[in-house]
Amino acid sequence: MVYSRMKKADVVIVGFGWAGAILAKELTEAGLNVVALERGPMRDTATDGAYPQALDELTYNIRRKLFQDMSRETVTIRHGVNDTALPYRQLGAFLPGTGVGGAGLHWSGVHFRVDPVELRLRTHYEERYGKRFLPEGLTIQDFGVSYEELEPHFDFAEKVFGTSGTAWTVAGRKVGKGKGGNFFAADRSHDFPLPAQKRTVSAQRFGDAAAQLGYHPYDLPSANASGPYTNPYGCQMGPCNFCGYCSGYACYNYSKASPNVNVLPALRQAPNFELRTQAHVLRVNLATDRRTATGVTYMDAQGREVEQPADIVVIAAFQFHNVRLMLLSGIGKPYDPATGLGTVGRNFSYQNMATIKAFFDKDVHANPFIGAGGAGVAIDDFNADHFDHGPVGFVGGSPMWVNQAGAKPISGIALPDGSPAWGSAWKQAVADNYLHTVSMDAHGAHMSYRDNYLSLDPTYKDAWGLPLLRMTLDWKDNDIRMTRFMAQKMRAVAEAMGPRSIRVSVKNFGQHFDTVGYQTTHLNGGAVMGTDPRTSAVNRYLQSWDVHNVFVPGASAFPQGLGYNPTGLVAALTYWSAKAIRERYLRQPGPLA
Amino acid sequence: MSTSNSSLPSRRQLFKSLGATLAVVALPASNARQPATAQGKAYRPSFFSPDEWAFVNAASARLIPHDRLGPGAVEAGVPEYIDRQMGTPWATGALWYMQGPFNADAPATLGYQLQLTPQQVYRLGIAATDGFVRKAQGAQGKSFAQLAPDAQDTALHAIESGQTVFETVPATLFFSMLLQSVREGFFADPFHGGNRGLVGWKLIGFPGARADFMDWVDRDVKYPLPPVALSGQRG
Repeated sequence: MVYSRMKKADVVIVGFGWAGAILAKELTEAGLNVVALERGPMRDTATDGAYPQALDELTYNIRRKLFQDMSRETVTIRHGVNDTALPYRQLGAFLPGTGVGGAGLHWSGVHFRVDPVELRLRTHYEERYGKRFLPEGLTIQDFGVSYEELEPHFDFAEKVFGTSGTAWTVAGRKVGKGKGGNFFAADRSHDFPLPAQKRTVSAQRFGDAAAQLGYHPYDLPSANASGPYTNPYGCQMGPCNFCGYCSGYACYNYSKASPNVNVLPALRQAPNFELRTQAHVLRVNLATDRRTATGVTYMDAQGREVEQPADIVVIAAFQFHNVRLMLLSGIGKPYDPATGLGTVGRNFSYQNMATIKAFFDKDVHANPFIGAGGAGVAIDDFNADHFDHGPVGFVGGSPMWVNQAGAKPISGIALPDGSPAWGSAWKQAVADNYLHTVSMDAHGAHMSYRDNYLSLDPTYKDAWGLPLLRMTLDWKDNDIRMTRFMAQKMRAVAEAMGPRSIRVSVKNFGQHFDTVGYQTTHLNGGAVMGTDPRTSAVNRYLQSWDVHNVFVPGASAFPQGLGYNPTGLVAALTYWSAKAIRERYLRQPGPLA
Repeated sequence: MSTSNSSLPSRRQLFKSLGATLAVVALPASNARQPATAQGKAYRPSFFSPDEWAFVNAASARLIPHDRLGPGAVEAGVPEYIDRQMGTPWATGALWYMQGPFNADAPATLGYQLQLTPQQVYRLGIAATDGFVRKAQGAQGKSFAQLAPDAQDTALHAIESGQTVFETVPATLFFSMLLQSVREGFFADPFHGGNRGLVGWKLIGFPGARADFMDWVDRDVKYPLPPVALSGQRG
């Protein structure tokens, strides 16, 4: 029962993470009245990131303070279409956020663009390797937008985020050779707004070893400010001091880009913007012809249903919440893996990682408590299609890196294989290894498949009685082949660093997706963008094919998982969508494609 | 669970050998029942009963012992940390999705699927452990806390490995929750009741809430400053 009906807004935005904040800023600038609804609490650097209380591993990363409240809402997971899904009861493999800033408050800050090949992945593979190269059941697609179209938006997003990095070429001019630029990077219209962050001892060692093997090490692009910075919105950042509390924490130093630091202070000044917290959106309301949305209905903090009418609805929650809200609202046709028909829930993908820990003698001081979430040294020699996939027989690639983000003692003491888990010998092992451990990751792309998809669960409900979202997800042979190849390449780099011993974590053939150990929060797809309404839920401007005043930004739009971290592409796509809304949709509301 | 694995000793054999070990080395309880706080006052547990409190102290002392490397879990106040955690939302399962139906036999890859809260896992696990060690020793057997350290280690290994089957709670789950709690109490900020004197951080060289490493990022040297806690206390 609807308790109250609010005054109509021009735009209602569901979720206030990066995508919601960017669209809120762009559309208030266009003169529209914008209401943003965030299901979680207000969060701010001055309170949630207050020093020193924010530097508390137990509260933040062990008890998960900034992450989604699982008691109210979660997902269910199963490995195959014939299995019964069970709830993801405790946070493990991925850590969605809640509250103002969303995952953009607790992220690390690795801020990539995209490899241009990954935007046209199917076309590229078919051109280079032939149609028969792609395994049966692979549903990878092109995004429907090119790197050249997105470049100005990557550029502006970096200026908003205050991103630190080293360019390779700027407007075709080579500037980054021998200085930490990425040999494989696509051309840029401008340099990074800030120079790259310092290299930790571990990153230096990784870079030296990689160069020795003939690879091309580069500085990770990082949204942790390497110096004082004021962004185009007038928001200020302080220089990152490598305290090591990025991922899972709110940065007390205003150094890590977040919607809270980089957008909200400017947005707060706008009289035509309102942010409402503790507003949990239950559904998007559709007109009787189901061609347009009339607004949303949400539950307020006291459990009352409130209707917020609006002319434009932006679904900008986390990847899988976007998909769930579309399914709960009847926007688009749900995907059916048996027939391959329907689009909402299709092409759900993730990431595919391998990790190596290298243990050194006591004369090597890796000091893993020093860290910045976005800083590090990487190689792209095995990312995207920078190597010949023909002989290796798999689709996908992976950057590999040392990204020393700050290892904490409760969760972060890696030990060599065979070390005991407790007792005096364990004590000796943690004392011997903690300061002398270097961690490396191959952070791989993940392909989309016909039977990895999202749907509503038939059994389990959220705190409001609505069906949970069900993930059907498992690793395929292509994924295992890829990650094992990457682990082998990374192992060679690790060995060149001269450690005492190394420990490799890699998937084995037949191994199922494990919901327990953390991998990444980089979930993708389910409401993918594209140029064909039969295989995409939104068009190339992130506009619903079926309900033209609904826009759905976020990694839900990715037709497959990238090798790179997704936030940079999410931001660029959101600016691209905002431009289409401002310049075309407002003048003539209707389908943009 | 590996009870059907023929390479492992049968439960009966294990029970027998454990009983023998326990009987031979059984000694009076250690004096770790009431660890002193930094102020010298004994901590009074608010969740655990006296018997449970004796177990938590004894098990903590074995999982991270006091040894030549310095203080262990008991000296660090880990039992106090665990008791205090029992009063948090985590301990009642309030941070987790706990709606049914439950499926306790689900594959491990699908994660925690039990109905039990941490409070229940602790209560059931301690009782089951004490029951298991008493039974292994025969009539008038001692509780876990009353055993000698070597016998306690033997019992902990049996629980950790899953060779011991408890009726009320999976033994390996109880063990891993206990070990995780002990590590948390040893390494969390002292604000939470453990890591007294910052002994956990001093052991490994973690500087705590120092926060500014700009001058140390790219230097392959030992960081020279002692750890500091959220309260400003230095180690």
